[in-house]
Amino acid sequence: MQTQRITIDPITRLEGHGKIEIFLDDRGDAERACLQVPELRGFETFCIGRPAEDMPQITSRICGVCPTAHHMAATKALDDLYQVQPPPTALKIRELVYNAFMLEDHALHVYLLGGPDFIVGPDAPKELRNVVGVIQKVGVDVGKRILAMRRRLRELIAYFGGKVIHPVFGLPGGVSKGLAPADLPCVRQTAADAVDFARFTLQLFKDVVLKTDAYLALITSEAYTHRTYYMGLVNGRNQPDFYAGKIRVVDPTGNEYANFPTQHYLAYIAERVEPWSYGKFCYLKPLGWKGFVDGPESGVYAVAPLARLNVADGMATPEAQKAYEEYVATLGGTPVHHTLANHWARVIEMLQAAERMRELADDPGLAGTEIRTIPTATPKAGVGVVEAPRGTLIHHYETDDQGLIRKANLIVATQGNSARMAMGVEKSAKALIRQGKVDDGLLNMIEMAFRAYDPCHGCATHSLPGQMPLTVSIRDAMGRTVRELRR
Amino acid sequence: MPGKPKVAFYWCASCGGCEESVVDLAEGVLDLLDAIDIVFWPVAMDYKRSDVEAMPDRSILASLINGAIRNSEQEEMARLLRRKSRFVIAYGACAQLGGVPGLANRFSRDQILEFAYETCPSIQNPAKTRPQPGSQDAGRMTTLPEFHGLVRTLAQVVQVDYAVPGCPPTPALLRQAVTCLLDAEPPAAGSVLAPDIALCDQCPRKDSKPMDLRPEAFKRPHLIRLDPQRCFLAQGVVCMGPATRGGCEAVCVQGNMPCSGCFGATSRVKDQGAKMLSSLCSNIAASSEQEIDRILATIPDPLGTFYRYSLPGSLLRARVSRQR
Repeated sequence: MQTQRITIDPITRLEGHGKIEIFLDDRGDAERACLQVPELRGFETFCIGRPAEDMPQITSRICGVCPTAHHMAATKALDDLYQVQPPPTALKIRELVYNAFMLEDHALHVYLLGGPDFIVGPDAPKELRNVVGVIQKVGVDVGKRILAMRRRLRELIAYFGGKVIHPVFGLPGGVSKGLAPADLPCVRQTAADAVDFARFTLQLFKDVVLKTDAYLALITSEAYTHRTYYMGLVNGRNQPDFYAGKIRVVDPTGNEYANFPTQHYLAYIAERVEPWSYGKFCYLKPLGWKGFVDGPESGVYAVAPLARLNVADGMATPEAQKAYEEYVATLGGTPVHHTLANHWARVIEMLQAAERMRELADDPGLAGTEIRTIPTATPKAGVGVVEAPRGTLIHHYETDDQGLIRKANLIVATQGNSARMAMGVEKSAKALIRQGKVDDGLLNMIEMAFRAYDPCHGCATHSLPGQMPLTVSIRDAMGRTVRELRR
Repeated sequence: MPGKPKVAFYWCASCGGCEESVVDLAEGVLDLLDAIDIVFWPVAMDYKRSDVEAMPDRSILASLINGAIRNSEQEEMARLLRRKSRFVIAYGACAQLGGVPGLANRFSRDQILEFAYETCPSIQNPAKTRPQPGSQDAGRMTTLPEFHGLVRTLAQVVQVDYAVPGCPPTPALLRQAVTCLLDAEPPAAGSVLAPDIALCDQCPRKDSKPMDLRPEAFKRPHLIRLDPQRCFLAQGVVCMGPATRGGCEAVCVQGNMPCSGCFGATSRVKDQGAKMLSSLCSNIAASSEQEIDRILATIPDPLGTFYRYSLPGSLLRARVSRQR
């Protein structure tokens, strides 16, 4: 019996393309699967020689879907590099913008990318398993409300950032632009409406997903479960903080494994190279690389919403805390190891982001005029870390004494999930592919195994009928196509 | 709905920001779908490379391709879409000029791979494994696209009919581009579909731009308090406005930061970076060569300043360092 493979090519990834290779054993059962990243642009190298103050704008070009995350991580690295403390108003502006960004980015995933799998259904007709189906389900008025809220949040980001795609406002020690007092009421209205919108989203998730037993069974099924470590930023009370904090890591039983200042990341995080992907795989350095396996001996960890809630003792805002308690009770306590629970955790994070926006908008200090501290120290090295929507994002620069980059190390959010994502694809493939039999439902189920992690998969499906183009070719050992399925 | 013009969107070495700029049409996306049939948009729609291959040649009215060309897969897709399309549009700075990832042309392919996979501080790779075009694992063969030695613009790989500039282009420019492609009279071949004037002409601060700029030193923006009303050049901060095409609505300036040049040059300028360099250097207030050196040394990264988006498409194109 010859070896068979199933190639899913292309799937569409955040920054280009992705491919899945599934290898079948003699019985036609899946025995190995690789999620491959076929692209590299080399940012770390071509940042060398650039002035450090250009990093927020240069590194935002890593991702046009999450530019604000890179912009902010870079800006914070510059604060550290120049040992400069931004004035309170500047910090409030940064955090307001950051929470607005977190909310709009999460909303897109909930409504347009991952959400259709639940709002419409994982085995719904494929023509409807997209935003068109979502709008049919929730109504045109709600669909318009989603688009309008997204636009207003992005307008708020652009107010401060100049551009929403690749903002320009981050400087070491502050921001380039403050808030005109006359515009404060508008900001407050947007923040208040953002809270309503997040509440509505949480209710929709409960009505559609949690009231359907089959969905809950799917979320908690073993095919989508991995018992790994988790990582995320927390504040002093061990609550999720998207903008700042220490990095906390919990083990698969939920006990604290590490809690460290971001500057110490190299003691805890290492990256592995595989010859079959341009993407690198992060793991916990003290535990070492034990392969694509879970459990307490393996250094594999996860980031992003599920992980952030797993490393936290609770949420930072009151309504999000209530939602968190229901989530924990329903799923049987923390840590939650179910990959698909990322969808629920994301909605809870939306509520925290919106509530935090409202707190900041209600703070009279937001419209202060002191928005810059001019750096005076000689630069040497700086680390900046934020929680991107997809997880812990690390920028680390070393410069000469003129502030020109000598070395840059970037650990992007998706890398934190890359090992677990590859494991998820493999595990779902093993659970679903038997005796070489595949169909369209299977393709979507495999897609769901990694879509849950990455709201930027197919970022432009935001407002168009979207699903990832998949082709499965079953080939024999000579590479001849035996069978091809497509949708 | 037969007869609607067919349009394809595709991305190469890019960040997804150009895709987002399409989505930022918001409700306007619905108008777009009324006017055209999108026949290929891998990020959003259920069409495959094989679907494009099956189409008759030149059956797509226009392919809007964003991103530079950095690997073999991107090159193959650009050639395929060229064959199938009447018009190919370089959409955004990376496709038009090379973009920010084009700064990699200052470095060799090997420098990039070595840092990413061997010497970066968080890597653990004693075996010096690198991603391979083809690799074997227990008899299983996996393949990856070939990582090319240089970043190229789209026009350096296939014939390009038009460009829509910007990092990213604005939704307004996208709307105008699609509208003019649907006209019976398409624009002149080679046009850049944006206003052919310098950004300074559209800048809200243009009244404070000095007629005779005589810089004595340049200032880095993080080291001074930026006046929110006054021309950046008048403040001694390098602003690419004079050498950059307008059409962006001066959004960076409205964020109180200088233009960094993402719209490229106007049609009258061959090389954006050289143009900016010459206009700054010809006016500096210096009476000796040492004075010139001192003033120019206050621009610590001329390449990243003047060619941030345009190195692959510029006269320089690339410089491979032999030093490590």
